[in-house]
Formats: sequence, C-alpha cells, structure tokens
Amino acid sequence: MTPAIILSDALGGQLINLCAAIMLLLGFAMLAQRRILSLINLFMLQGAVLFTSTVIVAYTTHQSHLYWSAGLTLSLKVIALPYILHRLIRKLSVKWDVETILNIPTTMLVGIALVVVAFNVAQPISQLSGTIMRATIGIALACVLLSFLMMITRSKAVPQVIAFLAMENGLFFAATSATYGMPMVVELGIALDVMVGMVIFGVFFFQIRQQFDSLDIRHMERIKEE
Amino acid sequence: MNFYALIAQLIELVAALLLAPLLVGWVNQCRAWLQNRTAPPLLQTYFTLHKLFRKEVLLAHNASPLFRAAPYAIFACMALASAIVPTLSTNLILAPAADAIAFVGLFALARVFIALAGMDVGTSFGSLGSRREMLIGFLAEPALLMVFFTASLISHSTSLSSIVQTLTRTDLIIYPSLAFAGTAFTMVSLAENARVPVDNPTTHLELTMIHEAMILEYSGRHLALIEWAASLKLFAYSCLGIALFVPFGISATALPTDLLLAASCMLIKLAIGGFVLALIETLSAKMRIFRAPEFLGTAFLLAVLAMLVHLLLETGR
Repeated sequence: MTPAIILSDALGGQLINLCAAIMLLLGFAMLAQRRILSLINLFMLQGAVLFTSTVIVAYTTHQSHLYWSAGLTLSLKVIALPYILHRLIRKLSVKWDVETILNIPTTMLVGIALVVVAFNVAQPISQLSGTIMRATIGIALACVLLSFLMMITRSKAVPQVIAFLAMENGLFFAATSATYGMPMVVELGIALDVMVGMVIFGVFFFQIRQQFDSLDIRHMERIKEE
Repeated sequence: MNFYALIAQLIELVAALLLAPLLVGWVNQCRAWLQNRTAPPLLQTYFTLHKLFRKEVLLAHNASPLFRAAPYAIFACMALASAIVPTLSTNLILAPAADAIAFVGLFALARVFIALAGMDVGTSFGSLGSRREMLIGFLAEPALLMVFFTASLISHSTSLSSIVQTLTRTDLIIYPSLAFAGTAFTMVSLAENARVPVDNPTTHLELTMIHEAMILEYSGRHLALIEWAASLKLFAYSCLGIALFVPFGISATALPTDLLLAASCMLIKLAIGGFVLALIETLSAKMRIFRAPEFLGTAFLLAVLAMLVHLLLETGR
C-alpha cells in the first residue's frame, strides 16, 4: 500500500465517523421536531448524509457495488420519498401536526438512555467486525432505536411513517458499517419494499382520514367488529 | 518569551475592549440588512457608549452600595474573561489564572451581581428580569460545562490554552464529537447573550425582556459599563466558539508576525460569525419563556451526546 492510500483511508474513516455523528444528531433532531414539514426535511437530510457516507465507504474500500446502493439511496430517500411525502401532506393539509404522547424533553432523556444502551450493546459486535467503520455500528444501532422511540411516542400517522423510513435509514447504515452492505439483490428488494410501503401508506392515510376525520392513530384502538 | 506573552496578553485585552462594541455594531448592521431596514452606522455602539459616559448618573433613593458597585464588578469579570480566551495566541500571561471551569465561574459571578443589582431597587420588572436570568443561567451553565468537558477529554486538560493548542496543532483530525458540542455551544451562547430565540436584545416590551429588565434602573456611566460588559460577553463567547471549533490561525507562539496573521484570521472569522448570528436571529422567532428550558435542555443533551460520541468513536485510536 502506498502512503497516499493509507492517508486517504484514515481520512475516509474520519469522514465516515463525522457522517455517523451527523446521522445521530439528525436522529435526535427528528425526535425533538414538532412540525411535520421540518420532519420531512430532516429525513431528506439524513438520506443525504447516508448517501455521502456510502459514497465515502465505496471510495475508500473500492467496493463498486456500494456505488449502486448509494445511487439507490440518493434517488429513493433524498428525492422520491420526500417528494411523495411533501405531496401527501399538501393533499392532506397537515403541516403542523404537533402531538406527542410523551413530552419532548422526556423523550430526549429516554433517547439518551437508548444511545448509552446501543453503544454498550454494539461494543462486542464492533470488535468482531473488520471493516474500517466498525466504530459506527453503535451509532447505527442508536439511530434505529431512536426511530423506534419516535414511532412509539408519536400519535399521528405521518410522523410514524417518517420514523419507519428513518429506521430503514439506520438499518442500511448498520449494514454498511458492519459488512459493507448487503448483497445487491437484497438491497434492491428492500428499496422496492420501502417504495411500495410508502405508496400503501399514502392510500392508508386517506382511508384513515376519511373514516375518522383525523390522522390520529389512537382512534384505531376503538375499532371493533360489529 | 515571557515578554512576548505579556505583549500578546496586552494586545488581546485591548483588542477585546475596543472590538467588542464593533462586533455588536456589525451584528446589528447585518440584522438590519437582512430585515430590509436601513442599518445604523457601524460605530453606533461607540456613540451610545460615549453619550452614556458623559451623562449624569441618577440613582434611586433606596439604592444600596451594591447597586453602584455591580457595574464595575460585571465589567471586570467580562474583561478578565475575554482576556483569558486565546483569540490571537495560546501563549498568554493570564492563561494559568483560570481554566475552563473557572471561566464558567466568572460568568456566573457576573450573573449573580447583575441579578442582585436588578432586585436591589425593588421594582417589579427588575426582580422579574433577575429571576428569569437565573432560570436561564442555571440551565445554560451545565450545558456549557459539558461542552468544555468534551473539549477537555479530547485534549486531556481543562486549561483553555492547552485545549486550543491541541486542537490547532494536530493536522486535520475530524472530531465528530465537536459537531455536537458546537451545536450545543451555539444554543448556549444564544441564551447567555440574550439573543433572539431566548431574549430580544432590542426589545422595549417589558413583559418579554430578560436582560433589559434587570438594567432598567441604571443610567449614565453605570449603564455604559453594563452595555460594554454585555458586548464584551458576546465577544468572549464568539472568540471562544472560534477558538474551540474553528481554531485555525491561532498561533502557539507570540511572535509579532504570527500575531498579525492570527489577528487578520480572527477578524475574518468574527465578521463571518457575526453575520451567522444575525442570520440565526432573523430566521428564528422569539420563544415563549417556558420554552427556554426545553431549548437549553436540548443543548445539555447534545453536549452529553458529544461526550458519549467521543468515548465511542475517538478513544479507540
């Protein structure tokens, strides 16, 4: 190995760590966010960071298939999904749905506890892994758990779906950091799943609102078979 | 070497005293541009200070000696604080006098004085402002300390000079934890300097004031000293932010050529920083006072996260 490549490896590792930290920051920002419009923008930003980090991994490790998954991330999570979400909330006219079950500071405290748990759980896994970004597995796991938390604490349908999509971001990041990504077929499948899921969710939103005049999921608890 | 350190220290102190009102003027000017208003002159803060210094001091009948002593104490605290921050060089005479924790203590001391002075005369607005200031202060301090702890973990020292020295010396290591710490620091400094999301520095509506409410009773040179101290605080925070998060250009020695380079770097960075501050203030609306704990709680959590991220990502090297 020439010194230039070693240097670029070290720099790449640092850039990936930076991306990981920004992913976590965005995860917390989404957790603290009250407005749906900003939530979608944050989701888009997270997708962009994911794309950047995947490209950096692909470049530093010369794994050409990662370029494809980076392209997939860009087209799907930065362009297509936010566009669909923006259109959806415009049609549903829910721009400032602000209802959380726990109040935001409590949620953030729980989030910190989750991050500590995730970092500790990921410690042994990252020791097994041999990739250059193994330290970020903890952060990826924390992102997944934070999205889980967001799904639990939001009562409206649209933020829950965004949390679901953000969780997929976290999982993708975990896969890239642990094993340089899943096989291409699997990734394509997941991307398709997310896309189709989004379309179905979109249809569901309208159904839910038609039925209950609101997007509050708690109304669903009262459904009983007559 | 020691002689150079003394010179650097003196230059830094004088620069802080002279440039602090200019920074406030620059921020106000940027704010006016961004809000489509005609900007006041860049030197407006100096004119105001000059006017106030020439005016007569009016004291309330029941004002205690503390009321008269407070402006001097606050000004001294702020001047010392801005002398400690390594803005031009890390080789400073006063650097061993106070580390990062004592630095936070200095701000706390000034806060105690201004809060007591606000309550001294016994007007309702004064005590209202003081109580709000203490609320903001007690929430902002732990977050600020956590930011300093993160920086200290990186450089294994709580002395501001050696923190900045470590951060400038190492050739391009990216610290992800500093991204979190930087965000937390920005939020804390907005709150501490009575800036828009938490307090409005230009407000004249008594019910929403925090900083202004405490100093309503002051006039003449006392008011001038407090205003000057407030601008010094903003200057100290800006320089601290620059020193911790974009420290390129601060010299480790105190040689004249290095100082000149450092000074030009600092001016450019301060101009950019002032513009960013004006941008933040223009883009955000003032929060309700009961939102402030949430805002500062978020800052604290981010600072804790910075420490966690540091422990996870950066210790393994």
